Amino acid sequence: MALRVVHYINQFYANIGGEEKADYPAELRVGEFVGPGMALKQAFGEEAEIVATIVCGDSFFAENMDETTAKVVAWVKEQNADVFVAGPAFNAGRYGLACGAVAAAVKEQLGVPSVTAMYSENPGVDMYKANTYIVPTKNSAAGMRDAVKKLAPLALKLAKGEKIGASCEDNYFNQGVRVNFFEQERGAKRAVDMLLKKIAGKPFETEYPMPSFDRVAPNKAVKDMSKATIALVTSGGIVPKTNPDHIEASNASKYGEYDISMFNDLTKDSHETAHGGYDPVYANDDPDRVLPVDVLRDMEREGVIGKLHNKFYTTVGNGTAVASAKKFAEEFSKKLIADGVTAVILTST
Amino acid sequence: MHVCTVTPISLTVGANRIVPAIAIPHPLGNPALDPADEKKLRRKIVEKALAALCTEVDDQTVFDK
Repeated sequence: MALRVVHYINQFYANIGGEEKADYPAELRVGEFVGPGMALKQAFGEEAEIVATIVCGDSFFAENMDETTAKVVAWVKEQNADVFVAGPAFNAGRYGLACGAVAAAVKEQLGVPSVTAMYSENPGVDMYKANTYIVPTKNSAAGMRDAVKKLAPLALKLAKGEKIGASCEDNYFNQGVRVNFFEQERGAKRAVDMLLKKIAGKPFETEYPMPSFDRVAPNKAVKDMSKATIALVTSGGIVPKTNPDHIEASNASKYGEYDISMFNDLTKDSHETAHGGYDPVYANDDPDRVLPVDVLRDMEREGVIGKLHNKFYTTVGNGTAVASAKKFAEEFSKKLIADGVTAVILTST
Repeated sequence: MHVCTVTPISLTVGANRIVPAIAIPHPLGNPALDPADEKKLRRKIVEKALAALCTEVDDQTVFDK
């Protein structure tokens, strides 16, 4: 018996209409396959059949996300699906979010494997790549043929419950899952091979891709420093003596928020560093060497700055995941803004 | 703005206003100096940091003057 596939598409790919029909409510079409479903059906051949197609307008989904997700999950359950396929969404933002959200929910709530496909810059990728399989596509529907060619085999593998290979083998966005295995060649040889390929201008695959860092537009300059509230933030691990919140010496999972309103100077009796990645002797001896409270207090008194913010934020930047650092900063930036801080000096060791 | 010793890292992670520091374990100090001179050195770096904050930039800038 053929494997059962339920397919999710938006109003556009269901040939209902474009933006003017984006409020089209979710509906289940049993026994139908539409648009990209036809290409999928062809790629599945005899092995699987699309038993139902769910159609939903992108705005309708975005505006009724929770109810619609629940509805989709219930329909997929009712259809007894072996795999749930959403999209491809290419670079359509709302469609990508919808595909990611329903695919992740089906996987999580029903345990039915799910897969979707979209362009690398679709916001749905970052939001859902850890929760479902997302196949990379080109940024427009011109890439449909290529998308189906990758999406269909992965969907079949998932439906059959076969073991899924690494993201580069089975064509999906890296989910941040690390799997241990034994390499045939030792590291030194692999590194030299890679280098030779690089020198020869041949393609090679890095074993340790660098994280991608985002860019932000620079803030406006401070107009009047004598009225500004300046806050101190550090990745150098300065904490009150004894590290009361137990910030880890490496790969920190948290940041600290500490009151400095009663300090004119940080000393070896009041503060220390929790950082495990540099020689702590100098910072422990005089923590102002990392967090210059003494100098900023002088400047506050002299009227050079309006005020030194009464709290500082700190973590240990030692093998700390970029994702963790980003999460910390997103949280405390909001607090800094809410507290009326004008500008921040971030010190790093 | 970012005060750090290894400015290439700061550029890689995307800081916009960057002031170079003294050394990794003591970015805003130098234990070889006597305490009064060391504090003067620290003040100089903080002054640079404040000056950087008061300067309009439209791209990543290292204030190394």
